[in-house]
Amino acid sequence: MYVAVKGGERAIDAAHAWLDRSRRGPVDQPVLDTAQIRDQMGLAVTRVMAEGSLYDPDLAALAIKQACGDLIEAIFLIRAYRTTLPRFGASIPIDTAAMRLKRRVSATFKDAPGGQILGPTFDYTHRLLDFRLMADGELPTEPLAEGGETESAATPHVLSFLNRDGLIEDAAPDETPPADLTREPMELPADRTLRLQALARGDEGFLLGLAYSTQRGYARNHAFVGELRIGMVAVEMDIPELGFAIEIGEIEVTECETVNQFKGSRSEPAQFTRGYGLTFGQTERKALAMALVDRALRWEELGEEDQGAPAQDQEFVLSHCDNIQATGFLEHIKLPHYVDFQAELELVRRLRAGLSDQDEDAA
Amino acid sequence: MTAQILSEGFKDAARDGAHAFRAILTAMARPGTIATLQAASGPAPISPAAATVLLTLCDRTTPLHLAGAHDNPELRDWIAFHCASPFVSAENATFALGDWAALQPVDRFGIGTPEYPDRAATLIVDRHDFDAAPTRLTGPGIRDTATLALPEARAFAANHGLFPLGWDAILTSGSRLAALPRSTEIS
Amino acid sequence: MSRPETFPDPIRKEALGLLARAPSGRLAQLLPELPEHDLLRAPEIGTVMVRGRAGGTGAAFNLGEKTVTRASVRLPSGTVGHGYVQGRDKGHALRAALIDAMAQQDAARVEERILAPLRDEEVARRKAVATEAAATRVEFFTLVRGEDE
Repeated sequence: MYVAVKGGERAIDAAHAWLDRSRRGPVDQPVLDTAQIRDQMGLAVTRVMAEGSLYDPDLAALAIKQACGDLIEAIFLIRAYRTTLPRFGASIPIDTAAMRLKRRVSATFKDAPGGQILGPTFDYTHRLLDFRLMADGELPTEPLAEGGETESAATPHVLSFLNRDGLIEDAAPDETPPADLTREPMELPADRTLRLQALARGDEGFLLGLAYSTQRGYARNHAFVGELRIGMVAVEMDIPELGFAIEIGEIEVTECETVNQFKGSRSEPAQFTRGYGLTFGQTERKALAMALVDRALRWEELGEEDQGAPAQDQEFVLSHCDNIQATGFLEHIKLPHYVDFQAELELVRRLRAGLSDQDEDAA
Repeated sequence: MTAQILSEGFKDAARDGAHAFRAILTAMARPGTIATLQAASGPAPISPAAATVLLTLCDRTTPLHLAGAHDNPELRDWIAFHCASPFVSAENATFALGDWAALQPVDRFGIGTPEYPDRAATLIVDRHDFDAAPTRLTGPGIRDTATLALPEARAFAANHGLFPLGWDAILTSGSRLAALPRSTEIS
Repeated sequence: MSRPETFPDPIRKEALGLLARAPSGRLAQLLPELPEHDLLRAPEIGTVMVRGRAGGTGAAFNLGEKTVTRASVRLPSGTVGHGYVQGRDKGHALRAALIDAMAQQDAARVEERILAPLRDEEVARRKAVATEAAATRVEFFTLVRGEDE
């Protein structure tokens, strides 16, 4: 139950003014430019783009600045802004085999054709704080290493080699227009394409926890990273007034394909199965987690056992993975609930009064 | 596509669209009211009023059925550029555009489902004769009674009989527009 | 739709992609003065839903949207140009549409003055990233082969 109240306007204005001042910080420090956030806090920017479900690095940087670095608040701002824009159409599905690679590793094939490229990774750092960044502001930058073959040709997916031998399930193209949960309310059970959309915009922390639970034995399904790649892909769309498709830009994405064991069934020979993660920007923890959760959710179509694990329960996963839905419902409980609480208070008082009456009767 | 076909959209999409939406909303809420609407014009035979309705209400998420003379390449190109609505058969249409004869039989169009009565078609009946003999209307949005010329009173009465299901209609000709929701009784 | 032979659809397609990806500031440098034109579609900011495929090659799904700005123009000669560009810069979309229209009239001049520099700069940007990536390419050497368990 809700009650309309008035008042507090001046307090709200003062709170906003304080927020503005605290965002700015001490005025003797230079103000943080959104271009600096975009270019020097790139991984925060890509997380906001991935979960905000809108690829625009400048907007994501602005949202992070406005939200004082609270990424979920920034994602909220992006989601809200997105709803004000008309949608011109849907792209032709991006061709990740034609990605211009910045990083590409495989945990299953050391000699994957096309080679392994580490890219700008934290993987081999020692996780020691580097105080030079604090003392000097920046590190001496190494000159760009010369040499090394630069390949411009498309690098095929690692799993396509397994697929050629029939050792892994096929992922055959399907041009059915996919359902879109931003246009139609999600109906359960959701097919895999709808689940992938929900996971791609889902909260990284939530998916990380679920993925970890599958590794620890809740819906155990041992995953190998067949391939993890990060790079730029073209986005193409059919333009009716031109009569042909053109590139309307390029985006950075992270793609993760996992390989999982599958025993086979009466109709299917034993082969490997796939989990899939695809996210905007350089967001490899999210893409890995997405692939593991995608695979866990596929138990039914692969004829596997329902172990009752959280990551297998699509209603649980899909209804709770969106951090904006979650935070909206969670945070609303701090808003006035005076009447609800008054009712509960009356009830407790009545119950206590009834109990003490009984005590008196008994005495 | 020629430049001629691509022009003649809204001059100021936000402002023109808001004015037109208000006019259509008022016409739908007050059956019998005739509005003037001519913020845009498209290739023949579409009227300026119907063209304005398309620019205001139709986009790529609203499947559109073109009937009779309105189904021609120039008009299709114009709609593709300005609205991007997918062209579909009558059964799958959210909006349908044509004159009354071309829209027949009207029982092809979606009337919604008991769970989702809003999933019904809206017929844009173009080249409507507003000067034909008027029919008496009663129902929601009408104080006492209103009058409006209808192409075929019986079909509208039968549609009202399906309420809360049924299609809705927007009648257009030149720059004139009226609307008849399924809730209106025909007498 | 007939096109001038000097600017056939495949060339036009490549040019429109190049214009879409170009930094908007660079386009403004290459075309500082806008030629006379009518707006068929005033520059409009919107989104496009980007689709991916399950497993990289399978069923299409909706990955998320990206911002796109579009515009359509007509030159006094009647030639129509369209621009669809990434991001939210209306000047970028307008210039792309104008350049598309201008190229239909004089493809060689537009190629020389605008498209060629954009292409060269893009190739250089891509090569710089490819060089960085190549420097992190791993060469594995098998030292000992043993059993885990």
